[in-house]
Amino acid sequence: MIEFRLDRGSGVTPYLQLIRQVRQAVRLGRLREGDRLPPAREVVAALGINPNTVHKAYRELEHDGLVRSRPGVGTFVTAGAAASDAAQDPGVRSGLTDWVEAAERAGLDHEDMRAVFDSVLAERDAARTGSGRT
Amino acid sequence: MNALETVALSRRRRRVWALRDCDLAVPEGAVTALVGANGAGKTTLLHVAVGLLAPTDGEILVFGRPSGRRGADLARVAFVAQEKPLFGSFTVAEMLRFANATNPGFDLAAARARIAEADIDPRRRAARLSGGQRTLVALALALGKRAGLLLLDEPLAELDPLARLQVRGALMAAVAETGATVVLSSHDLAELAETCDHLVLLDRGRVRLAGEVEALRDRHRVITGPGEAAADVRELADVVHQSGTERQTTALIRTHLPDLPLGERPGIEEIVLGYLRRPEAP
Repeated sequence: MIEFRLDRGSGVTPYLQLIRQVRQAVRLGRLREGDRLPPAREVVAALGINPNTVHKAYRELEHDGLVRSRPGVGTFVTAGAAASDAAQDPGVRSGLTDWVEAAERAGLDHEDMRAVFDSVLAERDAARTGSGRT
Repeated sequence: MNALETVALSRRRRRVWALRDCDLAVPEGAVTALVGANGAGKTTLLHVAVGLLAPTDGEILVFGRPSGRRGADLARVAFVAQEKPLFGSFTVAEMLRFANATNPGFDLAAARARIAEADIDPRRRAARLSGGQRTLVALALALGKRAGLLLLDEPLAELDPLARLQVRGALMAAVAETGATVVLSSHDLAELAETCDHLVLLDRGRVRLAGEVEALRDRHRVITGPGEAAADVRELADVVHQSGTERQTTALIRTHLPDLPLGERPGIEEIVLGYLRRPEAP
């Protein structure tokens, strides 16, 4: 079971924060096939956000194939979600660990590293779509 | 059907118009933020909607029928006033029983469950409750009426951060359970952005802006650039608020083109602040 939290100073909308937390939990194996997402009522009671925000986030996750909603029962992590096991691949992970160590030696802090990482991802997105939009 | 609708609604007290020609519609199931400066007419609008004040002119409809003071009209609306008036010498349990005896259709079991969920001792007297507990009890009483429309006048004012979160949580959980329509006034725009999906902005008794939050965001843009660029934009859009210098200016604009490929889609806080800063803007 996942317990959502909100970082209110982050500037990221609650909707996106919920989606990212589920994706992250699935990638890291904290949510597995068949696990149930907390019912919307529980999420809104704990976080004080509009129920539509939770419904929208769950719908988006369902659209991505990460979860499946069974009316009257709940929303559950799907088998397909396990495909992201590649993110757990030791080779991919250790390559990134090497990079982080190199960045640390170069004097970058975590925020610098995120900025570099994001800009590389943005460049690749731009190269792929050719439009330059991110 | 709209839960609340006003047509050219006006309310005058002596020679001052507290509300003037207000047209607005709150669809069923919406959670609406009622915002505006102090004295803009927020409390007056809520009082007219609940039947505590009569319109001077125009019409106000609650679920399609004129708001009024008869029993059937009162049962459709629940109101939590800013002061959250409770009977000080009553215990919480006594207030629930009183509400149950005086409101036909009161859901006593649900109200008791809400008090228990809020961790409030039902034997405690109202006078000894904290601000957050008073609000939670007032909310449980209002929700117990099972009214389709819930009006709250600054429910979070003067509460500490933890109590604010508890009250917001209780309110949003009730919306998730019952699908009730909620209108709440507040000055905290960040909180409203998280809780509300509709907005009504009052300015000196008039409706400046009203509608669904996402639709309002679609119709506004924040653009940054040299001063003359902002001037060019006037062809495409109304400038709500503009600040900065000749070289670098930031403007909030309103457009009728939902897909205007220009600038950033602003948050609802930024939109409201833009309108509040420029009282005479479109």
